[in-house]
Amino acid sequence: MAQPAVAAPDLTARFPDLVTPDTRKGYSGYIVKPEGLLEFARALRDEYGYDYLSSLTGVDYLPEGQMEVVYHAYKITGGPPLVFKVQVPREDPVVPSVTSIWPGANFQEREAWDLLGIRFEGHPNLKRILLWEGFWGHPLRKDWREPYYEGEHKPFKNRTAGPHFWHEDHTPFGKNVDYPPGFDPYAWDPETADEVLYQSVIQRTRKPRQEELHSEQVVVNLGPQHPSTHGVFRMIATLDGETVVALEPVMGYLHRNHEKIGERNTWIMNIPYTDRLDYITAMSNNFGYVLAVEKLMGLEPPERAQYLRVIMAELTRVMNHLWAIGFLLNDLGAFFTPALYALEERELILDVFEAASGSRMMNNYMRFGGVVRDIPEDAWDMLVKLVTDRLPRKIDELDRFLTHNELVRSRCMGVGVLTPEQAIAFSTAGPVLRASGVPYDVRRAEPYGIYDRFDFDVAVRYHGDVYDRYLIRLDEARQSLRILQQAIRDIPERGAPLLAGKPQYQVRVPAGEAYGRVEGPKGELGFYVVSTGKTNPWRYHVRAPSFINLTALEAMSIGNKVADLVIILGSIDIVLGEVDR
Amino acid sequence: MDGRGILNGLAVTIKHFIATYVDDFKRKNRYFTPEGVKYRSSPEVEGIFTIQYPEERRILHENFRYIPFLVYDEGEDGQRDIRCTACGICAKVCPAQTIWIVRAKDPETGRPLSKPAEFYIDTTLCMNCGLCAEFCPFDAIIMDHDYEIAVYSKDHMVFDLERLLKSASYYQRIRPTQYAEKAAEREAKAKAKAAKAARRGAKK
Ligand code: SF4
Ligand code: SF4
Repeated sequence: MAQPAVAAPDLTARFPDLVTPDTRKGYSGYIVKPEGLLEFARALRDEYGYDYLSSLTGVDYLPEGQMEVVYHAYKITGGPPLVFKVQVPREDPVVPSVTSIWPGANFQEREAWDLLGIRFEGHPNLKRILLWEGFWGHPLRKDWREPYYEGEHKPFKNRTAGPHFWHEDHTPFGKNVDYPPGFDPYAWDPETADEVLYQSVIQRTRKPRQEELHSEQVVVNLGPQHPSTHGVFRMIATLDGETVVALEPVMGYLHRNHEKIGERNTWIMNIPYTDRLDYITAMSNNFGYVLAVEKLMGLEPPERAQYLRVIMAELTRVMNHLWAIGFLLNDLGAFFTPALYALEERELILDVFEAASGSRMMNNYMRFGGVVRDIPEDAWDMLVKLVTDRLPRKIDELDRFLTHNELVRSRCMGVGVLTPEQAIAFSTAGPVLRASGVPYDVRRAEPYGIYDRFDFDVAVRYHGDVYDRYLIRLDEARQSLRILQQAIRDIPERGAPLLAGKPQYQVRVPAGEAYGRVEGPKGELGFYVVSTGKTNPWRYHVRAPSFINLTALEAMSIGNKVADLVIILGSIDIVLGEVDR
Repeated sequence: MDGRGILNGLAVTIKHFIATYVDDFKRKNRYFTPEGVKYRSSPEVEGIFTIQYPEERRILHENFRYIPFLVYDEGEDGQRDIRCTACGICAKVCPAQTIWIVRAKDPETGRPLSKPAEFYIDTTLCMNCGLCAEFCPFDAIIMDHDYEIAVYSKDHMVFDLERLLKSASYYQRIRPTQYAEKAAEREAKAKAKAAKAARRGAKK
């Protein structure tokens, strides 16, 4: 992507002792000494305006004996990222926590601790997040092997050479399990792990006992099995009366270490796996991943493929927002009538997806340098009808149906408020960020693909409450329809090439790093990939918007009634497949 | 906040409710006919559009993909010519690593043949991604349309060669466009090869 005219600040001149440019081939940005990280980060935020920390993750460079933490900071006014890294020895990696500067680093640092074992000094609550307290080892480390270990990367020799076997014959109590020394699985008591969780919530809010009015706080678990959580997700809330005073989301029930699987996979195998992240928006997930890898490969898809990608991504957004609105109403207690009205339209969009990709939800549609096949003619006609006639009509109908409904308004207005400052600080993205009055949209801020050609408005609302998060989804769906109408008008004729180069199952990806991000329906979806030139990625990280948006859940909930927790969570619109990865 | 919002909303629900019945009267063939199903999955539909499975079935698009099958061409005297050459590309590209192939051997010389003796797909693992079919150079493995494959025991879910083989005419029936395209491609290739051979022959 073209660099804008304003050059990035020269930070090596400003911090000559702390900062060096990253000169490895295929890499960019700066390397910062750990002792100077906080000073550097503060200057970035306060002097240079990089107030939005989008992504933070770690990479295990086993051969070099180093752990690296990679930060991608942006200006909320738009533009390219400032990438910087901190390198620490692998044995005892300790990095200062940047949560005091960018509170949005909270969950991401916990994740890096959990999966890579990097300790963040000064983090307020450095616990495991996706795995449970008591898990042994840090699975994303390159020398950590899963119980199902079959090889460093696919294709696995023992599978393709047969004979067939059932995996459970090798696990869990068979020869393939690796317990820490002295660990007795039968004596392990998960209660203690829970205790750790509760303590951290209780401690945060313990108040001096008031003599005159005796009141006590109670800790309430919502979930993991709770219809409002749209999956398996748990909120531990401390209540004072009915009011929430502290809250901690607990997740990971659906964790499968997507990233480790991704590092075992060859490059192309990851495309169908990304479908399964946020399984509502598979097309956007495909888009983000191929974009990151294309950056490394230096590929540019042909025109028609670019348009098809935009069409698919925008249809996904319309469909996701319809779904989100429908289910928000479910959470409000309007059981399934609005949800099914929304799902009707979604089904029609899925019909188009099925005709083009072969599957309704697990699309696996995009390839490096293009898309896999064209939309068939009959589906194209259907798409045109949907975009020009049916969907605008139905979105208006949904609007009429719900927006002025007095019950919806009184339940949603002023509930779960997130201020713009908080929204930026917590690194929230997508509708959550824009409903708080921050008009930040990756399609505008750092256009990818061909988004710079379309005429659309970045939807924004200013109250930051549940109601605005509902309204903004209607706004965005309408804007997506505008983009779609332009795309079906401008797309090159059928028969134009759809793929740069030949279809290949073994792609060559030059060594280096790349961060590809798209504006997914849930927010900024980013993929950080590191290649060593081999057939599989060395590092494959997903910046999952649902996951990071949850960082703001506590701030949204405090001061609200426990009954409203359900709709506050619903208004963030999470999908657990992506949160837990 | 005078209740008008709620009333407007109720008007929308009533409209939906009535639309179904109006449609029932207007269309005699709304249910249990192919046209009815087709109408109910088109962007023109108003009112309810549930499909009454299993009495009615969705019309699958040609590109629909489910667990793959292997294609055989029907020979003249009823023998089955398996297209697969046991090249192993599908097994290599399969993200879930579900495919396992054993090459056939020449019974006399013991040399490996380009035919599979055994071919397994562990359908408990298959994620229906379609990559195997996409990259098979011989158009030998195709994504199926048959999604009703429930069995009583997990052991029946490892499909062997016998279970996987389906005829080319079945392939042609479920995926006519793709079948025609690939056949044309093969023909063009064969022609080019013949032309090349002819040219070489002429040179000699
Ligand atoms: S099905 Fe196709 S790709 Fe797989 S081994 Fe046979 S010929 Fe090769
Ligand atoms: S569809 Fe995908 S997962 Fe299934 S056998 Fe083919 S390549 Fe493997």
